[in-house]
Amino acid sequence: MDNKRRDFLKVAGISTLAGLGGTAVIDRIVNAANVAHASSSAGQAGGHATDATAHGGPPTASGNRYGMVVDVRKFRQDPSLGEKAVAACHRVHNVPEFPDKKDEIKWIWMTEFNNAFPEKPNLYLDEAASNNTLPIFCNHCDNPPCVRACPTKATFKNKDGVIIMDYHRCIGCRFCMAACPYGSRSFNWRNPEEFVKNLNKDFPRRTRGVVEKCNFCAERIGIGLQPACVEACGDSKAMVFGNLNDPHSEIRKLLKENHTLQRNPSLGTLPSVFYIV
Amino acid sequence: MFEKALKGNNYYWMWLAFLGFFVAVAAVCYLRQYFTGLTLTGMSRDVSWGIYISQFTFLVGVAAGGVMLVLPYYIHNFKAFGRITILGEFLAIASLLMCMMFIMADLGQPLRGLNVLFYPTPNSMLFWDMCVLWGYLILNALCGWVILTAERKQQHPPKWIYFFVYLSIPFAFSIHTVTAMLYCGLPGRHFWLSAIVAPRFLASAFAAGPALIVVMALILKRVANFDAGREAINKMVTIIIYAAIANMFFVGLEFFVGFYSDIPGHKHTLQYLFFGLEHHGHVYNNLVPFMWGFVALFCVGLTLLAYPATRKGNDLWLGLGAASIFFAFWLDKGIGFVLGGFVPTPVDEIVEYYPTANELLITIGVWAAGFFILTILYKIAIGVEHEIEA
Repeated sequence: MDNKRRDFLKVAGISTLAGLGGTAVIDRIVNAANVAHASSSAGQAGGHATDATAHGGPPTASGNRYGMVVDVRKFRQDPSLGEKAVAACHRVHNVPEFPDKKDEIKWIWMTEFNNAFPEKPNLYLDEAASNNTLPIFCNHCDNPPCVRACPTKATFKNKDGVIIMDYHRCIGCRFCMAACPYGSRSFNWRNPEEFVKNLNKDFPRRTRGVVEKCNFCAERIGIGLQPACVEACGDSKAMVFGNLNDPHSEIRKLLKENHTLQRNPSLGTLPSVFYIV
Repeated sequence: MFEKALKGNNYYWMWLAFLGFFVAVAAVCYLRQYFTGLTLTGMSRDVSWGIYISQFTFLVGVAAGGVMLVLPYYIHNFKAFGRITILGEFLAIASLLMCMMFIMADLGQPLRGLNVLFYPTPNSMLFWDMCVLWGYLILNALCGWVILTAERKQQHPPKWIYFFVYLSIPFAFSIHTVTAMLYCGLPGRHFWLSAIVAPRFLASAFAAGPALIVVMALILKRVANFDAGREAINKMVTIIIYAAIANMFFVGLEFFVGFYSDIPGHKHTLQYLFFGLEHHGHVYNNLVPFMWGFVALFCVGLTLLAYPATRKGNDLWLGLGAASIFFAFWLDKGIGFVLGGFVPTPVDEIVEYYPTANELLITIGVWAAGFFILTILYKIAIGVEHEIEA
């Protein structure tokens, strides 16, 4: 084999490899960009269907994007609902109860209007809003800052828009807790084992040193059940869960018929939880 | 070269034993924390980062501060820094090791720390922070060791090392910039969400780092017969003064934006830090003394450093001035900045943070471990210097 032939083969081989590698890289980049685009437009389609079209983005309604409408009026009419919803969630998910407030873990809790909506201060708040409490929990944002901050992808957005925690990957750096603008996340400062009353064996108990939060009952909606808090509210329709991407869903009907608020929407997180106040 | 660290007088061994005591106490405290959980700290779901992460943030700055010696020496050929550049590089190594210890102390699942490598996530600033911190640590260890070895043989350092020396300069800026980005990219935390955080971090780092080196140089002059040289000290003091003033300027700008715009979210943390924040009839002010301590120490330090009689008069005043600046910026960044950012919480509540004894002992122990490493590194560097002179 003469030298020229060897050189030619070398060059040809290397350029083929480079070509293959190059296209693979470009494919990946293009795909990633498409995914990002699709997910952001899906979010627009859910939260702001009209906006999306106004901005020229196609309202891709493919797939589900779960959301929740909380009707605060119903919580006013029946003050026992809040307690029921919180208790149901914490029981189903083995959320521990610690004696010391410093260790507190909560997925959903009742709070006042001013705490849920601190960006909407009003010196002359109406009586209904000022005298009542409403439930707050993870907003399952379409553009979640916690997912952006997590250094291990231990918290991630599922394809149906639910923000999930992988308790086995979380390193406990708590960057997501600093990043969440809604204070929705809690940390296992100590072993929760002995502080879980009435263990639910169908849901994992967490270990010390990981972050946890509301998971929109991903384990229940996956088998066709409603989230525990929604179920606890019974037929009151105080909490309505559904697919924001389905224009005929009950949740979309509620959003069309009522003026709703999202918590701190100016941050651009596109929360999937809406409040009728 | 390491054998230099194994020979020393009684004071040297007593000092190491003194530091070693605190390291041992911290090791026991850490084991307690490891087996019980971070509940042994004062942190909660509302103040989810405490004194560990605030020390980490400050020490990244101290590490970056070493570049204020490297840059003038290698870029501007400022010869007077030749003898002490190694002090800056070794200080960076010790500071970065402290940073990593603080991160490990803060992790809920320290054994899973490598997940950051197994699942690299470029959209997380923590991933990039890990990259630049490790990069800067390796660069400083490499450059420091190679140059010191060459010096010992009284040869010129190999040419290839200069590539890494020059590379370490942007790395120094990047470590503190990326550390600032851990905070300033988070929506909903008004105090941190400010584009001036990174410049402010750099300014306070370029004052605090050199200030510590000045203090070290003055101590080494007394205890190790190592003279950094008047010209080098004076130049460092100039750098400290300008950087310290720049930091205060940036703090002032934060005040202007907050109080002139009068937007509550922009003011709350500043009010909490400096004046106490009233909330539902209760005034929360546990960090106020620290912040006024910061301002007072800055004024004292600046006066001692800028006033010719105290700067040139004797080393004690000079050392006190540099130490004041160091402690001032420790209060600013190592206490106020991180802890203040959590007040008020996203749901408009106020939870004050008090570190526990266990947490404080671990913190002291990590500092002691850092100074233990620093002592050994400086012992080696000065041993080599003395060997050349002999």
